[in-house]
Amino acid sequence: MEHATHGPELVHQFSDAQQQKNSASLGMWLFLVTEIMFFGGMFCAYLIYRISYFNAFAAGSQQLNIWMGGINTAVLIVSSVTVVLAVRAAQEGKRKLLVAYLVITILLGLTFLVIKGFEYKEKFEKHHVPGSTFNFTEKFDDNGKQIPVDSKNAELFFSLYFVMTGMHAIHMIIGCGLFTGLAILAWKGHYTSTYFTPIENGGLYWHLVDIIWIYLFPLLYLISRHS
Amino acid sequence: MSEHEEHATHRLGFYLLIGFTLLVLTIVTACVAFVNLGPFNPVVALLIATIKATLVILFFMHVKGASEKLTGVVVVSAFFFLAIMLTLSLADYLTRAWK
Repeated sequence: MEHATHGPELVHQFSDAQQQKNSASLGMWLFLVTEIMFFGGMFCAYLIYRISYFNAFAAGSQQLNIWMGGINTAVLIVSSVTVVLAVRAAQEGKRKLLVAYLVITILLGLTFLVIKGFEYKEKFEKHHVPGSTFNFTEKFDDNGKQIPVDSKNAELFFSLYFVMTGMHAIHMIIGCGLFTGLAILAWKGHYTSTYFTPIENGGLYWHLVDIIWIYLFPLLYLISRHS
Repeated sequence: MSEHEEHATHRLGFYLLIGFTLLVLTIVTACVAFVNLGPFNPVVALLIATIKATLVILFFMHVKGASEKLTGVVVVSAFFFLAIMLTLSLADYLTRAWK
């Protein structure tokens, strides 16, 4: 059988580079499916408790900082653009450009985490962190009408807020670590215009984490806001 | 083979346009949140979020034009099973008040 021209990255169980690449991509997507179901369970819990304790959840949601949440949404969207440009640079075999986009992505990811940190700090200062120091005296502003809420139920809102945004932040930290590894390997010249599957799959992970935030932002910050 | 790969990535301007659209939609959803639409506030917010997610999946994650057609099936089935989980759970909780 004739041997096609391919790099050392082609392992023997695949017939050609394209098949290996498609298999890796499919495997990555199957992993992302488990991530969607993992976060889906938390979204489901949030929706059910929001229906059960609507006033307390609305009051809690109104206490979130919409500016920090909104700016973080924009930061993640820009980082998704730099990721897709990194994949494009890899495909064109531009090594330095690829490393530059990966580094910008990591910096944007860290910016997200720093802003998230300031947001968490604000929660600690306002005693909105679930636990023994939790204290919630704010009312639900229902179009100007001030409705008192049960602080136990508001605590549940903030528990879900910290679990969901915390899990998302852990994914961001993992993403930054992953991209640091990719940037180092890219700098060393591991990736060529014919082999850049890890860049693509790392990008898929980053985009999924972005999509989760795209849903977290309206559900946590926005839908109880109008007044 | 190369024909497939050419479909997978687009021009720089195209990616910037998608990114710009996503930023505009973010501003729109944040502004609409302060307009009282009654029960439709969550509907509009989730609709805009879904448009944004679809743009990311199709064009940034290259599901549109992917050389492996099975990828599309996997993505659709993921959201299908998510929809089953959410629909059946909420069908229970939303109807408990009906006596």
